[in-house]
Amino acid sequence: MPAYDRQLLRAGHRHLCTAFALYETMIIRIFLLLLLAIFSTEPRAKGMYQEPDDFIYEVFAGAPPSPKALWITKPLRDPIEQIMGHPLDSLRVRYWTREGKVAWILEEIGKDLPITTGIVVDRGKLKRVKVLIFRESRGWEVRHDFFTNQFTDATLTDEHRLDRTIDGIAGATLSVRALTKLAQLALFLSEQVTTDVPP
Amino acid sequence: MVLDRLTRLVLTICCLATPTLQAAAPPSAEEMWQIIQEQQKQIEALKEQLEATNEKVKETDEKVDVAGEMIEQAESKVSKAASWAENTQIGGYGELHYNNLDSKEEVDFHRFVLFFNHQFSDKIRFYSELELEHAVSGDDENGEVELEQAYIEFDLSATQHAQAGLFLLPVGILNETHEPTTFYGVERNPVETNIIPTTWWEAGGGFHGELAKGFSYDVYGTSGLDVNQSGGNAYLIRNGRQKVSEAKANDGAVTGRIKWTGMPGVELATSLQWQKDVTQGDRGVGATLFEAHADIQRGPFGLRALYARWDLDKSNVINAADPAAVGRDEQVGWYVEPSMKGRLWRIPGELGVFARYNVWDNNKGSSTTDSQMKQVNVGLNYWPHPDVVFKFDAQQQDNDGAKNDNGFNLGMGYQF
Repeated sequence: MPAYDRQLLRAGHRHLCTAFALYETMIIRIFLLLLLAIFSTEPRAKGMYQEPDDFIYEVFAGAPPSPKALWITKPLRDPIEQIMGHPLDSLRVRYWTREGKVAWILEEIGKDLPITTGIVVDRGKLKRVKVLIFRESRGWEVRHDFFTNQFTDATLTDEHRLDRTIDGIAGATLSVRALTKLAQLALFLSEQVTTDVPP
Repeated sequence: MVLDRLTRLVLTICCLATPTLQAAAPPSAEEMWQIIQEQQKQIEALKEQLEATNEKVKETDEKVDVAGEMIEQAESKVSKAASWAENTQIGGYGELHYNNLDSKEEVDFHRFVLFFNHQFSDKIRFYSELELEHAVSGDDENGEVELEQAYIEFDLSATQHAQAGLFLLPVGILNETHEPTTFYGVERNPVETNIIPTTWWEAGGGFHGELAKGFSYDVYGTSGLDVNQSGGNAYLIRNGRQKVSEAKANDGAVTGRIKWTGMPGVELATSLQWQKDVTQGDRGVGATLFEAHADIQRGPFGLRALYARWDLDKSNVINAADPAAVGRDEQVGWYVEPSMKGRLWRIPGELGVFARYNVWDNNKGSSTTDSQMKQVNVGLNYWPHPDVVFKFDAQQQDNDGAKNDNGFNLGMGYQF
């Protein structure tokens, strides 16, 4: 290799090393700021983003109707198992309904622990999916609006699937799957309850 | 005569019928009042009966509710009694491979992995991953048993966590998430295998958590690499992994990652690792790994792209034992992998197709040797269930200084 090329290579390498040094310095600064942020964070309940009762109050503008219970009778068990991939570990599911709107508080395990989710269905369409309690240290991205907004206006197909694709989050596959199942379950359960739909 | 008789008969019937007709006459107002009174009494009796029935139905509902609650409470008590089991989770994955390549034709249960996790409390938990590679482990056998993860994680707050123990380093796409159902191709891609080097774990501690909406970070201080300094594998990063097995701990390493997942289906991340001496005190060779990647899955379309580069220090005067002497002061690789995934008519499950172009060079620092490796993979994954996958891919190499290894691979994998 000609001496000029070697010089060029060395110069290139020096520039690269300088770039890495700057990158390292930047990363170190960011991490120092992070450490400050970590230890200045106020402790709060583990992953509690909204109390389930507060969610129901909010959905019904501060005056929620009395809760009702949908009994998981034999005809409902098979489709529920098909949606969830396992039987529901409850004999009945509580819900709140008024003027066609049905609100549910449902839980499904993400990786190891249950994700408590508030879901609102209005006339067969998902209107709101909100993570209320997230108990794990990975997969937390699913609680953000940029993820849950994908469910808005989704409906259930005859095969008990959502009528649209929900884009996942790398590294949060199980949390994404849990929320998708809960959305399908809420739509299916809403089909089973009678609502006082206004004309 | 006949007419007379008939007339008499009619008259007789009329005479007999007269009192009956008189009795069927409309009742008087008094009689009507009595009838209404009696009917009212009957209505009231029926009303009382109906109310009693409603009351009974209500009571039955309440009893059913109470019975339901009692059953649920009983179930809850049973699960509390088994709280150890409830707080301990078992998972795993595995993959069987068939390789038909120029270099080999073999079938291998490549990985059988079990996870054991335990929740000590709301804020402290344990994760572990135990792996059996190549089906049989022991003296003179092909396989080995490896502990790839065993660490304790602590919650500092809802979004900030600390961890200590033995864990996978936050570098690349596959190093932390490598269940066979999560990637295309039977074998893991050669860039992450030979450059990063996946699967890579170390012992140490650090922090991870959320910075802002969609942004997260990881920062760890850990044990480091110990590379060979001579022979054909000199300064090959992959061979420097000590796997935390009586590992030399003269010089550790610092690893950091910043990740953005602020849009569904999009992950952008960059990692940096710095180690003061990858020879653990022998030659003082510092090393830096820079890695950046994009992992995108929007609707049916996917794209993965990754770049990784190691820079090892070289002496001012290069001697035979210097990484630069074998061209391994720079080790670089990248790949790009477009894919498409979806349902196929009424066939259950999903089908995905992909193509991947891989380029890597573990002797990039050499100015005299052509050592670049290039490999194209095309293939498909079929998921009959999201946690089960069957794979096929064909590979074609175009290597500068090494023999090409072409052929195809088949595989099946699962996770739970």
